[in-house]
Amino acid sequence: MEKRRDVFQAIADPTRRDILCLIADEPLNLNSIAENFDISRPAISQHIKVLDESGLVAIRKKGRQRFCYIRPQKIKEIDEWLEQFRQHWEDRFSQLDQVLTNLKDENNEK
Amino acid sequence: MKNNILTDFSVDKENNTVKVKREFAAPKKHVWAAWTEPELLDQWWAPKPWKSRTKSMDFKEGGRRLYAMVGPEGEEHWCLADYKSITSEMHFAYRDGFCDSSGNISQDMPRSDWSVEFTELNGLTTVDVEITYETLSDLEKVIEMGFREGFTATLEELAEVLPAMKQ
Repeated sequence: MEKRRDVFQAIADPTRRDILCLIADEPLNLNSIAENFDISRPAISQHIKVLDESGLVAIRKKGRQRFCYIRPQKIKEIDEWLEQFRQHWEDRFSQLDQVLTNLKDENNEK
Repeated sequence: MKNNILTDFSVDKENNTVKVKREFAAPKKHVWAAWTEPELLDQWWAPKPWKSRTKSMDFKEGGRRLYAMVGPEGEEHWCLADYKSITSEMHFAYRDGFCDSSGNISQDMPRSDWSVEFTELNGLTTVDVEITYETLSDLEKVIEMGFREGFTATLEELAEVLPAMKQ
């Protein structure tokens, strides 16, 4: 496999997140995407390149135009890391449950 | 006693805030103690296999807690909590940040404001935690770090278990 760019790095940039929102409903070509931003077209191309390398979007040629598609599978991976964060709290709190049980037992012994 | 108490977890991207809510089958004074006394806090604050180790803690407004999250390989991530407001057994708020072992705050790591609220009803205590970051990318950076640590730790555990299974 070719070297892939990190998904988290890809979504850390606000412009790239805006691009993802923009193409979430329908695939757009590069010009249509660039029209929505105040920054230069080459800069937009660069952002799209990063998104493409991260696997978050796919680029397909239609005639002379290049269209950007969102790849739902990769978006799902982002959901999964939120799930990990939640799990982190679950683990922490089940340990707190144990601490509280111990406190209760100590009180009963006194 | 309920066994399947679930943590209510949500991310409010508009306000760069993570909200965590959980009910505990214990009186409020116990839950409060577990959050505010270092010996108790260190027993649960770090998710396994990490450990929490408090170096110093002065739980009062204007006081601070300096602690390390210690990893399975002995690696240390130092954190500092500056207590902003405390209403005994009801609420406390602090500003959290990464730092070195002397408590010098790291400028390139995101800081966050924590609000922790305690309410008791029928012997159950609900804790509401709100963690607010300055920007959405700060929030994402922290989620990403937590994810990686957890994931790495899991892989390390797996590496230990696998050779034993072969035998």
